[in-house]
Amino acid sequence: MSTAAISVAGLGKRYRVGERERYVALRDVLARSFTAPLRALRRRTAANGNGDAYIWALRDVSFDVREGETIGVIGRNGAGKSTLLKLLARITRPSEGRAQVCGRVGSLLEVGTGFHPELTGRENVFLSGAILGMKKKEIERKFDEIVAFSGVERFLDTPLKHYSSGMQLRLAFSVAAHLEPEVLLVDEVLAVGDMEFQKKCLGKMEEVTRGGRTVLFVSHNMGAVRRICGRGLWLDGGTLRLAGTANECVDAYSASVEQPDAARKGRIDLRTREDRGGSGHVLFTEMRLVADDGSERSCFEFNEPFTIVFDMEARQTVRSSFVGITVLSADGTSILGTHHCDSADVRDFRAGTTSRIRCRVEPNLLRPGRYALQIGILDYASWECHDWMYSAAEFDIEHGTGRFGRAPDARPAYVQPVFEWKWE
Amino acid sequence: MRPEMTTELKVAKTEELVATHPENGSGAGDRPGSLPAALARGPEITVIEPPSGWLHWDLAEIVASRELLYFLVWRDIKVRYKQTVIGAGWAVIQPLMTMLVFTLFFGRLAKIPSGGLPYPIFFFCALLPWTYFANALTGATGSMVENQRLITKVYFPRVLLPMSSVISGLVDFAIAFVLLVGMAIYYRTIPGLEVLLVPVFLLLAMATAFGAGLWLAALNALYRDVRYVVPFLVQFWMFASPVAYPSSLVPERWRWVYGLNPMAGVIEGFRWAITGQNPPNAALLGVSSLAVLAILLGGMFYFRRIESTIADVV
Repeated sequence: MSTAAISVAGLGKRYRVGERERYVALRDVLARSFTAPLRALRRRTAANGNGDAYIWALRDVSFDVREGETIGVIGRNGAGKSTLLKLLARITRPSEGRAQVCGRVGSLLEVGTGFHPELTGRENVFLSGAILGMKKKEIERKFDEIVAFSGVERFLDTPLKHYSSGMQLRLAFSVAAHLEPEVLLVDEVLAVGDMEFQKKCLGKMEEVTRGGRTVLFVSHNMGAVRRICGRGLWLDGGTLRLAGTANECVDAYSASVEQPDAARKGRIDLRTREDRGGSGHVLFTEMRLVADDGSERSCFEFNEPFTIVFDMEARQTVRSSFVGITVLSADGTSILGTHHCDSADVRDFRAGTTSRIRCRVEPNLLRPGRYALQIGILDYASWECHDWMYSAAEFDIEHGTGRFGRAPDARPAYVQPVFEWKWE
Repeated sequence: MRPEMTTELKVAKTEELVATHPENGSGAGDRPGSLPAALARGPEITVIEPPSGWLHWDLAEIVASRELLYFLVWRDIKVRYKQTVIGAGWAVIQPLMTMLVFTLFFGRLAKIPSGGLPYPIFFFCALLPWTYFANALTGATGSMVENQRLITKVYFPRVLLPMSSVISGLVDFAIAFVLLVGMAIYYRTIPGLEVLLVPVFLLLAMATAFGAGLWLAALNALYRDVRYVVPFLVQFWMFASPVAYPSSLVPERWRWVYGLNPMAGVIEGFRWAITGQNPPNAALLGVSSLAVLAILLGGMFYFRRIESTIADVV
């Protein structure tokens, strides 16, 4: 059973800077013949311009995946993970190299591919199923199972546009989860939805991988990669940095993650960030990590409290929504979560207004180490996401003295609150 | 014994070939409760390589994806008249109103000759294939951009998109055709055996819409300008086709040049097939058919060229 399900040799994908591969037509041909003498010159300054500058989204990547293996593909944004998946799914073609995939390929690059808002839930199951590569008979056979898993039985004959986003998501995932290809390509679809749903998805993923299918799983969730995947691929800047066991890859990647300065300072401009999801109705514009003495830092002592200040801007009016934070450890495990509505009132965001909220973080809480902040603005009722960033900022907790002078980093647990202890 | 064995071998080979076509493999082997069909058939191998210079159409793959084509057509039809009060009634009202306006201005006021036929039926015979063509062309042109999300998230033969626009337009055509039959009865226009040629001319209209649609769909994916050009194109094309006037207005010598517009042949032919009068000029029909072929082959070639990396640019 050790045949290669996927074998990739020297795979590369090139895009033209800025325009991507845009001008393939007459105009390009004309432009080229006129500018040929200038091109060598231009290449020197290509970094800034629309000249013949190319970037390799992926280059010289080779690896083999054996049948039945689950591979986690990790790396920072823009490392070429999604490009790799798109090439293997044949959504686009490589610029060089070769890959061979053995077996029926199913790709899951987003949840709800092919859904149409005007059609009913029932109709969408068939449409989406067919688009993802299922046969009609196959869908008919699994229809009841799909519906049961999604839990939207009662609304099957309602047009999809009347569904809440959570319901759409559940139905969409449920269709996708019942795909039965031999090779499954999955891209971070689990990053959406509430925790409950994410857990269900992860469970299903684990079930799928145990079924002997070959799975390529792109994720930012290092915990999930460790749990689900046997092997890993770490991509960096379009090239393969490491292929090994999932744990090796996650460790190496986590160790290497030196966030660019912007995210390591105490004041983080979120306006221009692109690594975000959600409807965009309300957006984070800035966040600050502020110590009690007023300084903005990204490094605090174990026994030092600090405040996280969020600035938001509403593009459209949204009903009562809340700001939520999840603190992630360096390997992507969620350590703790807090919602502003735990202690402050829920508000509507009116279009065109800005708002600011602050969250005070208790001292004596997190074991020294590096943490990332996952932040989001979600609708109070439906948990529909308005803005979301997996790793908006990072901060460090340093030793400090602790209450009893004990080094807290010697202890095994991430969270070390000071509870009340008393001798009797 | 020997010849039989060779046949068997050949069959086995063909199966292997079919199985090689990835995704949506042939549906025949997919029995309920069975393993995924591909496992039973042996593995399908998909080879992923840079687009090569040699352009061929993978017909087997398109045939294997016929179920998806069916669903795409079904979606187009289902969605078209959603949330309208009159629904499919629009397929009747639109051509009917156009006919009234043209009959009034072109038939009554401008007194355009109509080859001895009552102007309404003369016009309606042409309007029917024309409306179908115009809608199919517009639909096909937009098909790539409208399905951008699909194209960038999942693989399937891209050509199914313009194809489904061309096929789903047939429903409106069929509805309006009933109206045409009613009018033919009202005006006592009794067609002869030529009526059997209606499907042939319809097929020509489909081929023209598909061929031109392939060009425009691919161009539209690259340059959004196309979206603004197409309404004009359709309008000009209509006046360059014998919809509101007979092609006999064009001097005999130039009739074949006129035929370079494939819709000229389609419309003249269609009108003749329905009314049994004014058989089309043979040269015009011949040139039109060749023009259809040229547009179709060119469109297929160009579309194929763009198709492999369309997800990067659309």
